[in-house]
Amino acid sequence: MAQQKRSIKKNRSLIVGIVLVSIVLLFVVVGLFWTPYNPTQMSAALKNKPPSLTHPFGTDYMGRDILSRVMEGAGTTFLISIVTVLIGLVCGTVIGALTGYYGGIVDELLMRLNDTLTSFPSILLALVFVSVIGTGKYNIVIALGIIFIPSFARVVRSEFIVQKELDYVRNAKLLGAGDFRIMFVHILPNTKPILLSSITIGLNNAILAEAGMSYLSLGVQPPDPSLGRMLSEAQAYLLRAPWFAMAPGMMIVLTVLGFSLISENIKGSAA
Amino acid sequence: MRYYVKKIISLIMVLFLIMLLTFIAFQVIPGDGALSKLGVDAEEEAVEALREALGYNKSMPERFFCFMSGAIRGDFGTSYQYSRPVSDLLAARLPVTVGLAVISILMIVVLSVPLGLLCSHREGGVADSIITFVTQTLMAVPAFFLGILITLLFGLVLKWFVPGSYVAPGENFGQFLHYMIFPAFAIAVPKIAMTVKFLKTSVLRELKLDYVRTARSKGNSERRVLWHHVLKNALIPVITFMGMVIADVLAGSIVIEQVFNLPGVGRLLISAISNRDYPVVEAIVVYIASVVLIVNFIVDLLYQKVDPRVKLQD
Repeated sequence: MAQQKRSIKKNRSLIVGIVLVSIVLLFVVVGLFWTPYNPTQMSAALKNKPPSLTHPFGTDYMGRDILSRVMEGAGTTFLISIVTVLIGLVCGTVIGALTGYYGGIVDELLMRLNDTLTSFPSILLALVFVSVIGTGKYNIVIALGIIFIPSFARVVRSEFIVQKELDYVRNAKLLGAGDFRIMFVHILPNTKPILLSSITIGLNNAILAEAGMSYLSLGVQPPDPSLGRMLSEAQAYLLRAPWFAMAPGMMIVLTVLGFSLISENIKGSAA
Repeated sequence: MRYYVKKIISLIMVLFLIMLLTFIAFQVIPGDGALSKLGVDAEEEAVEALREALGYNKSMPERFFCFMSGAIRGDFGTSYQYSRPVSDLLAARLPVTVGLAVISILMIVVLSVPLGLLCSHREGGVADSIITFVTQTLMAVPAFFLGILITLLFGLVLKWFVPGSYVAPGENFGQFLHYMIFPAFAIAVPKIAMTVKFLKTSVLRELKLDYVRTARSKGNSERRVLWHHVLKNALIPVITFMGMVIADVLAGSIVIEQVFNLPGVGRLLISAISNRDYPVVEAIVVYIASVVLIVNFIVDLLYQKVDPRVKLQD
């Protein structure tokens, strides 16, 4: 009974998470093709106007429509996060699979390096990368992508270590399957549940990291809108135009909350 | 004893690795300090002379040796941007960042233990549901947005403090503390949310064990069981978790110092990165990394002290 109650509760959280993420995705996808106004259109007459029917989220200090800017900025943030996680996922999976399957001295060395890297706050690593390779949209993707490799590699590696001892792998070996076939055709699909929750957590971390870097003006550069950048611009107008900070900030909160609700409850319902 | 020796050796090795990685990272950058100090238009001879003076013409291992021996003595060279020793710059900024970290860690410890116990006291009750919902939401708020919200609420609406009115601790310590409470709160809140959640899981796991049933059957009140029997054991995994939190607090202060305009190490780092002031960046990276490592080292030792079940061999 209690079990059932808990699983209903879990399901409800999962649904809330999916709804939140869908709303944000809707904004982003629509924003790719259509925004209510031109996001970079300035207007002297419309400076710092509070939310109204014509401008649902108000306008900023240059008279630009905040809704349009949030739609486009969320798109930039999303795109960067997705590419970042993809880099981390692909490289991390390959490294994790190889080291987990073969083990040995390379595995030992890579895992030591991994331990050292993951013990650092990720924003510090990102800052080091950015100061070496420079700021900007593409550099942020590279920096964050590399930083995400260790966490995926670790998850995949530990899963491979468990799976490679199981009967189905021995069976495949007896049938003459090659190492690579076993790794990527037989074992990899079984790591899906764990990878799925790592991906959602990774997306969250990427969104927060990108927003943070752009807030520090080390990420996306103007005139490209980004949620983090909008927040840093909004800070100067906090007293006169508090809505300017609210829209991009709430967008980040809803996205991250949605993804974390999904990642936390997805395991329970998959099993 | 062997355990400690082994731990210390591995700590030193990782510290060495960090210095090596930092050193290599900043060697990859095209151009060098001489060029960025004098500008691209500078005369070839002047640049060459400065290169010689700064030791850029030595071989790579030699330079690494200089960098490392300097780092151990606390000498990271001279800042391009300020033309002052990096160690002086760091020393001036350190009290702000350390103060911020100490205040927020105090907040985390003082607030999360009672809240965590309140949640686990009646799992699924009203208090638990509310706190769980609030913590879940707070964990999704990025630190700098939280900082902006706190500025808006406490600074501009309630007028409990004046945003941007930072006072140096030497000038007026009371006002310094008063201002620091708000940025520290911005750093602490998401970490409190995480710690509450972690502590709750830990307490709930303990509550299922036999010794709790024994304690209850001896007639202890539920409150006494929680505070005197369970809490001690439930806090053990939290210690390791706190090690992570301290690292996060340091990282969080990089951003929060920017939000609240605090002249700390984080702000120095950001301005050094923007101005390509590499000696300062190197020094701060090595400094933060070492602090994180040493904190984790101490946490490991503490963990082993409070939980005798942890094997010494590994």
